[in-house]
Amino acid sequence: MGLKVVVDMNVCQDHGQCVFAAPEVFELDDNGRLVVMVEEPDESMRSAVEDAADVCPVQAITIEG
Amino acid sequence: MTSQRVVIAGAGLGGLRTAEALRAHGFEGEIVIFGDEAHAPYNRPPLSKEALYGEISHEKLAFRVRSTATDLTWRLNDPIAGSDLDAHTVTLASGEVVTYDALVAATGVSARRLPIPGPPATAAAGRHVIRTLDDALALRASLTQDARVVVLGAGFIGCEVAATARQLGCEVHCVAIDSHPMIRPLGVELAAELERRHKERGVIFHLGVGLTAFEGESHVTGVVLSDGTRLAADVVVEALGSRCNVEWLDGHGLDLTDGVLTDNALRAVRDGVPLDGVSAVGDIARFPNPRFDDRPWRIEHWNIPTDTGRRAATAITAYLSGTDYADVVATEWDALPSFWSDQYEIRMQSYGMPGLADADGIRLLEGELHGECVMGYHRGEDLVGVVGIGMLKIVNGYRDRVGKAEWLRARAAS
Ligand SMILES: Cc1cc2nc3c(=O)[nH]c(=O)nc-3n(C[C@H](O)[C@H](O)[C@H](O)COP(=O)(O)OP(=O)(O)OC[C@H]3O[C@@H](n4cnc5c(N)ncnc54)[C@H](O)[C@@H]3O)c2cc1C
Ligand code: SF4
Repeated sequence: MGLKVVVDMNVCQDHGQCVFAAPEVFELDDNGRLVVMVEEPDESMRSAVEDAADVCPVQAITIEG
Repeated sequence: MTSQRVVIAGAGLGGLRTAEALRAHGFEGEIVIFGDEAHAPYNRPPLSKEALYGEISHEKLAFRVRSTATDLTWRLNDPIAGSDLDAHTVTLASGEVVTYDALVAATGVSARRLPIPGPPATAAAGRHVIRTLDDALALRASLTQDARVVVLGAGFIGCEVAATARQLGCEVHCVAIDSHPMIRPLGVELAAELERRHKERGVIFHLGVGLTAFEGESHVTGVVLSDGTRLAADVVVEALGSRCNVEWLDGHGLDLTDGVLTDNALRAVRDGVPLDGVSAVGDIARFPNPRFDDRPWRIEHWNIPTDTGRRAATAITAYLSGTDYADVVATEWDALPSFWSDQYEIRMQSYGMPGLADADGIRLLEGELHGECVMGYHRGEDLVGVVGIGMLKIVNGYRDRVGKAEWLRARAAS
């Protein structure tokens, strides 16, 4: 089963810390709002995505698969 | 081969992240985590912010645990009372003795209490602190509309509690010995601006004064300040900084003057020499960070337990497997402290150590002080910290420019 990144947008406060951990997957748009660019990243991104979930101060990121 | 055992003291963020990183680095032995709270690790920052305002539940605050670390042995409600670093054992409060191959100290800090006589230092007597979920639940219950709240201390946590209490409709007085709230890390300009914003929202400050007495017997009824002011109070919150939970490491030659002194690989230093197999992480770790200088610092910021936990796990895995240990501990590592704070609609994000700046080294980098801005904190030529008020994306852009210390360049040149 592939990797799936889910961000609870009701919880996310646009801290942008996930962007530093996995810039290929997360981005802040011009208004500073979080955008998940790749919802089902390649398995090779697992560690970066796990790191991103760890550093989210409000624990908004879950990883399925 | 008999299985190796890592004992982690403290079931908080640092303990959890170290355990996860040990598994990520391939450690297959037993990992036992002892915690003195009843709860599995949970996120503390919301306890003075959104959770204190809204809903405080362990379910909402609990950390997710990596799927690769579901085989940890959690011993909650089971505090460690002492240790024997030569025999490689810890002794639990219950009297049980547990042996380890490697030990991780992740016991964090406790809220400091004022050594001033008065009603019992308990939430039931109206004297609160805020460090744990149970503390926050007790405080939340007394922050009722029009309650008279006195916050002692105007650091980040004190200011966050003051802001939340105002939003809940309480009358809020904030007392501090400093001349402005949060002045020590932020400097006078920004601190004075934030003071103005708090006042606008109705917080009444008593600055440059201390507390001389609590009033009341079984329950607090007020406080007396060093300038003679008396404030009536239903709720007093002591937000006066912290005390490191390191007593259980006493008596083995570690430097426990401020947390646990470690080397750059987070190994506890005994009689000046790093001790193999004993590490400290998180709020209690005092480690040299070459990003800034060669002085060891203890940093109570949320990103530090994760960063130190990963670094410690690398060293422990190498030590226990005997693979590349010397190289791993010799590879220099640096940490970038990162901090945020939410007060009303004010969103603050900081990178680095703004408190290290020269007195005349604080400059506005972006925006304007009365609105959104980024302040830069300089020591000599170096940018040692940035603080953004709003402008999150812009302040994030400064993150990688922080540190890179002058002394490091000098060392490289010589
Ligand atoms: C109210 C509040 C708001 C905060 N807000 C922010 C913020 O906005 N931004 C930010 O960057 N940081 C913030 N922080 C700081 C951040 O939460 C801490 O840096 C972080 O929790 C430290 O993690 P730790 O694992 O080192 O310690 P802790 O999370 O304290 O975990 C240590 C655990 O060990 C347990 N323990 C202690 N002694 C023993 C023993 N003898 N045996 C067994 N277990 C023991 C403790 O009970 C605790 O459960 C805040 C902290 C608080 C309390
Ligand atoms: S770190 Fe968390 S809160 Fe911040 S943008 Fe990413 S998901 Fe949102």
